Amino acid sequence: MLPAAACLALLGGCAGGLEGEAELAFTNAGEVASLDPAAITGVPEGKLARFLHEGLVIKHPRTLEPLPGIAESWTIRPDGLVYRFVLRADARWSNGERITAQDFVYSFERLLSPRTAAEYAYQLWYVRGGQRYTSETDAQGNPRHAFETVGIRALSERELEIELEAPTPFFLDILGSVPLMPVHRGTIERMQKLHPDSWRVEWLKPENLVTSGPYVLAQRRIQDRVRLKKNPNYWDRSRIAFETVDVLAVEHLNTMLNLYLTGASVWCDNLPTHALAKLKGRADFQPAPYLGVGFYRFNTTRPPLDDKRVRRALALCIDRAVICEKILAAGESPAWSFVPPAARGHVPVELLHAAAAEDNRAAARALLAESGLSLPALEILFATQTINKDVAEVIADGWRRELGFSAKLSNQEARVALDSQKNLRYDVARSSWVGDHPDALGFLEIFRSDSVNNRTGWKHARYDECIDRARRALEPERSALLREAETILMDEAPIAPIWFFVTKNLVSPQLGGFHENALDEHFPQFWHWKDQGGGRR
Amino acid sequence: MKRFLLRRLLWFFLTLLAVITVAFALMRGVRGGPFDGERPLPPAIEKNLRARYHLDWPLWKQYLQYTGPLNLDEHGPQWLGGDGTRPLGGVLTGDLGPSFRYRDFSVNDILAQSLPISMQLGALALCLALLIGVPAGIASALARGGGFDALLRVSTSLGIAVPGFVLGSVLLYLFSLRHPLLPVAGYGTWRHWVLPTLALAAPFAAYAARLTRAGVLETIALDHVRTARAKGLPESLVIRRHVLRGALLPLLAWLGPAAAGILTGSLVIERIFAIPGTGTHFVNSALNRDYTLAMGVTIVYTTLVYAFNLLVDLASAAIDPRIRLEESA
Repeated sequence: MLPAAACLALLGGCAGGLEGEAELAFTNAGEVASLDPAAITGVPEGKLARFLHEGLVIKHPRTLEPLPGIAESWTIRPDGLVYRFVLRADARWSNGERITAQDFVYSFERLLSPRTAAEYAYQLWYVRGGQRYTSETDAQGNPRHAFETVGIRALSERELEIELEAPTPFFLDILGSVPLMPVHRGTIERMQKLHPDSWRVEWLKPENLVTSGPYVLAQRRIQDRVRLKKNPNYWDRSRIAFETVDVLAVEHLNTMLNLYLTGASVWCDNLPTHALAKLKGRADFQPAPYLGVGFYRFNTTRPPLDDKRVRRALALCIDRAVICEKILAAGESPAWSFVPPAARGHVPVELLHAAAAEDNRAAARALLAESGLSLPALEILFATQTINKDVAEVIADGWRRELGFSAKLSNQEARVALDSQKNLRYDVARSSWVGDHPDALGFLEIFRSDSVNNRTGWKHARYDECIDRARRALEPERSALLREAETILMDEAPIAPIWFFVTKNLVSPQLGGFHENALDEHFPQFWHWKDQGGGRR
Repeated sequence: MKRFLLRRLLWFFLTLLAVITVAFALMRGVRGGPFDGERPLPPAIEKNLRARYHLDWPLWKQYLQYTGPLNLDEHGPQWLGGDGTRPLGGVLTGDLGPSFRYRDFSVNDILAQSLPISMQLGALALCLALLIGVPAGIASALARGGGFDALLRVSTSLGIAVPGFVLGSVLLYLFSLRHPLLPVAGYGTWRHWVLPTLALAAPFAAYAARLTRAGVLETIALDHVRTARAKGLPESLVIRRHVLRGALLPLLAWLGPAAAGILTGSLVIERIFAIPGTGTHFVNSALNRDYTLAMGVTIVYTTLVYAFNLLVDLASAAIDPRIRLEESA
């Protein structure tokens, strides 16, 4: 029988090409977009990048305070404008070469360069001349200014100086973020010469990639896994507990959970909502505050949403407790301010509200009566997803019962919904914001009137002024300005904050050195099996 | 024969060109682009990014760049103002371009890695489906109206009606979670293949059984079969030599497009079992606005459908002397 023979032949050919099992495996949502620090913007990419690359600073796995990484020490001039780093004498690339200050200059120039077209180039726009270098190009798309005009200099092989436009209290956090991790110039240039116009990125292939972090790339199969091996030249190699690690690209949340529950993975970082109730209270599921907020945008260019009393009435009349407990169900907390409490050194300013939901509903009715406006049928726009729909239903129901108007639900495919927001083609739209750094400015500056992230049509001169001044101010003035900005935002209510995010990690209690933190960033150099001790820091 | 193949090839190119054009227009007609995110980019950066992927060119020029065969960027032919280092490019030269989403790979890379996996899984499932479906269909037709026939008709209805994600989940629950015999997901050893193959094969086996049964019932009532029986041939020989030939034609006609579908991967099965095949790219590339990858999988699918239909036509002509290739073209 021909088919039978074919079956056997196929079965024989099915085995993959991996050598044995890895010591540690965990699931990472879907296939990562890239391993190139300059091309990385997403969360799964960041998880993987922290295995391969390391920046001047790393972060404490629990508190996220900056710790020495490739740099062993640094000094900051009292005006907060000049940072000087001293690199470790024993910092080496995975091929054994020294990591030098020039490597960082090259990597930062590459990140900023318009030719690289890095999405996160703006992380270095805090550096003097950085924004100009990226933005101003000639007809061929090359930078119009020499890189010497940018405030990044190698003072010697081990000394690096960075000069900023304005004091930026979270600049060390930025230096610890993935886009600012160094890349190996020699390999990139050699591969470019060998394959001048290939779309495959040869320097990132396992046989070519030279890394600065705790691991090297052993194998990569698209949408299957990345196999990592301990980097024998990493400066802190004695700390690395696992010889091999598999990062599994799994898209389906149920599949991630199944792999974890059957022991094939030690960590899954997102969970299907239906499983949350069962997992609650388990030792391996301990959600913690995460630097993100879910909120609704109001299109302030459309009457009656141009009246702030209407917006505040709508914002007050949202049953946040029900949404957090019954729908989101992972331990999210009701949000009355825009900046999450996890932001460092910021005391959130809340939308004026009462403790009891009933009082808030009464206040909402009063506000609406005061405005004298009757509400037409508004449309709530959200990206197609069951959970977005459930939240919208609770909110629409509350508005109908308490404020007496019907809200229509309108779901659109994710990118179409974003396009509608961008072009202000909506009444009310579901949104969220997750911070890169635990700092309030990153949240509040998105509602500056010229920000591409504003997407509400809302403009406020004093608000813009507060943001602009906060960008350049030192403490304590900075905090005061940010608080004033949030006060304005909550009074004007172009948005209604609804819930603060929590992390959704399901992680083996045996995995030591793994901590929940506000950015949900995890640092494999600290990981170890618990019974084997370890952990100096 | 040669003329037939040539004509088919010509039609294939015309169809492919039409598919590329329509797919290109559809992809670009949809709102939202590959670089839109919850966090829009500063305009200067978006401009640089669009320039890098030539999205700042007029659409007709992007289309010509995509199809080729001339490369229109700065490395194109000198008479078009390029530096001449890479005068050719585009689909017509076999280059499907860069993926907008998976930045480290070209679309050719992605397909080269994922397509063999989907094809292996698909071929395995198809073989299994035929091994089960065809004999079951014949047996059921010969025992028409009996208990086995009834059972088969119920189970084929189930096989066709139960969606892949339900069957996949049930199999997972039974053989991985309840009785941990097989891995829940992933790719690597033969044990990873058992459940996805079964889940993928089930509806195809059901179809194959139904088509075979119907084919046998139809053929068995024909004159040439009666003649064969009248000659006194043993029943098994009548079935093998005179019934099956004709009975398998409808199955064969269905097999062409079905094979193209199963070999390019199933979105549902690949997602549930985390199989790194092509199936997931069909949907994800459209959602990600990964223009080139979406076009790439469309081109591959078109090619396979065409190739399998050609094979089916050749096979039909070989089996059934009434079919002539010239006419069917």
